[in-house]
Amino acid sequence: MIFLNDPINFIAGWMRGLLTGWGLSDAMTTVIIYFIGITVLIVFAMVLDILLVWVERKVVARFQDRIGPNRIGPFGLIQPFADIIKLIIKEDITPAGADKLLYNLGPVLAIASVIILWAILPLSEKIFDVDLNVAVLYLVAAGALGTLSIIVGGWASNNKYALLGAFRMVANMISYEIPMVVVLLIPTILADSMSVQKITQAQSGMWFAILSPLALIIFLISAIAELGRSPFDLNEAESEIVAGFHIEYSGMKFGLFYAGELLHAFTFGGFMAVLFFGGYGGFFGLEKIGFFSWLNNPFVQAVVFLAKAMFGYWVIMWIKYSMPRIRIDHMLAFNWKFLTPLALVVLVNTAVLSKVLAGLPNWGYVLGMFFSNIVIGFITVEILRAYGRNQRKAEAKLSPQSAQNQEQAV
Amino acid sequence: MTADQIIFLLCAALILGSALMVVTTRKLIHAALWLVAALFGVAILYAVLQAGFLAVVQVVVYIGAIAILFIFAVMLTRREMLDKGAQTRSNWWLPALLGLLILTGLVFLIIGQPAFGRTAAEMPAGVDTLRNLGTALVSPDAFVLPFEVASVLLLAALVGAVYVASGNKE
Repeated sequence: MIFLNDPINFIAGWMRGLLTGWGLSDAMTTVIIYFIGITVLIVFAMVLDILLVWVERKVVARFQDRIGPNRIGPFGLIQPFADIIKLIIKEDITPAGADKLLYNLGPVLAIASVIILWAILPLSEKIFDVDLNVAVLYLVAAGALGTLSIIVGGWASNNKYALLGAFRMVANMISYEIPMVVVLLIPTILADSMSVQKITQAQSGMWFAILSPLALIIFLISAIAELGRSPFDLNEAESEIVAGFHIEYSGMKFGLFYAGELLHAFTFGGFMAVLFFGGYGGFFGLEKIGFFSWLNNPFVQAVVFLAKAMFGYWVIMWIKYSMPRIRIDHMLAFNWKFLTPLALVVLVNTAVLSKVLAGLPNWGYVLGMFFSNIVIGFITVEILRAYGRNQRKAEAKLSPQSAQNQEQAV
Repeated sequence: MTADQIIFLLCAALILGSALMVVTTRKLIHAALWLVAALFGVAILYAVLQAGFLAVVQVVVYIGAIAILFIFAVMLTRREMLDKGAQTRSNWWLPALLGLLILTGLVFLIIGQPAFGRTAAEMPAGVDTLRNLGTALVSPDAFVLPFEVASVLLLAALVGAVYVASGNKE
């Protein structure tokens, strides 16, 4: 029963007893146990990654009205393993004039920048690596390493297209980091903490997705931009720069970039779950009723969390496979003229309302927050509509066709 | 030796080694990346000293923004990548002597401190350093004035950058 209620501490306690029984010192035991814990976490993330390859290929097939992998194993489940074998036995090419060390460092950094994010991802109340009090900022810091990996890989390849991809990625990441940071402050204000555990627990009654739907949308957009996935996949735009920053990589080095991207998308699905959908909890108080107390079991919580993360991953895939690529000037204009101001307005609104509505009963607080977001969203859409109409009018005046039409009418 | 001391020594070796590589390597882009390594070492030091916020901000600001801008600028100057000139001047011993003197002075100053040689006290449970830092930055009897002055300065820099970047200078 103890194992079922607190598996990590149970195993750690058992191993501590075993190792000290062998005569190891206390400090040494701690180091060994931490090391094993980290290894297990990384292995879990990487094995999940193999599954994600299959999920991604199956889902994209459905979006494109195909069946997807279906030859090897039931539902093509063994396909990813065939992919891995193919990637491993491919020739490993280092282009002439490449910077060898940096060329090899690129893929390593790419996967590392994702895996360090798993250090703060709480799978359940009892299954987590570390509960940082600055977890939300840690998310942004890990993104910086991701940018670095792409720059290093793109530059070291000694290829114009790769370098162009790296340049585009920097423009993309530095811009979209700003609305991301601003919008990450909203769950922080609502939960009154930056720790992911406390943010999760603050949502046991009400998801932040309902308190601030606009924040969720802005976070989703900037997360997709940070992932470099379509519609923001300018760094690897096939039709313009072939494959962008990873054009020269072959075999497992390309595999690491690819696996890193998939795991990154899933991880951001996980953070969306933690920050806006209640993470492993968020059952609207259901878990306090005796009959539903099994919802507090760490394994049930982990399954709930992974399901929510998978939902976030699916939404990211859904957007990726249904949107055309955005042009680079549009991408920058969209960020600086639309997303950043909107994120700031939502942040100020949340900060003020969370103090103003604090005295109200719970339902008043929730309704006030929700409707303030709806009003901001409505005003934004109206402003966009007026702007679009003005643009169309200006274009209609310019075109010779309309001048002719007017002459005929006269 | 405690675990903290081992981590500190490894970290210090990383920082000093990478800092040395920044000034001795001949490839500009390698110098920029060694700088990233040195800054990362400083972030680890902050984390060891239980200043998690400073550690994360160090990575976000110095690696995520400043170092990446460095690398970006270096990448745009591709022709100048390899510096073939001499790496030292004839009077290199003068700054070396000055540096050594300052180091000796600082070491004596630190050894003279009463706190020297003591192990750091354990952080009491339940202290939220982040909250204390935030309150200190905006409370009137702490650091609100420097904080606001820095904000105004940054705003002025922002406005200036926008003015310089916008094309309409008649």
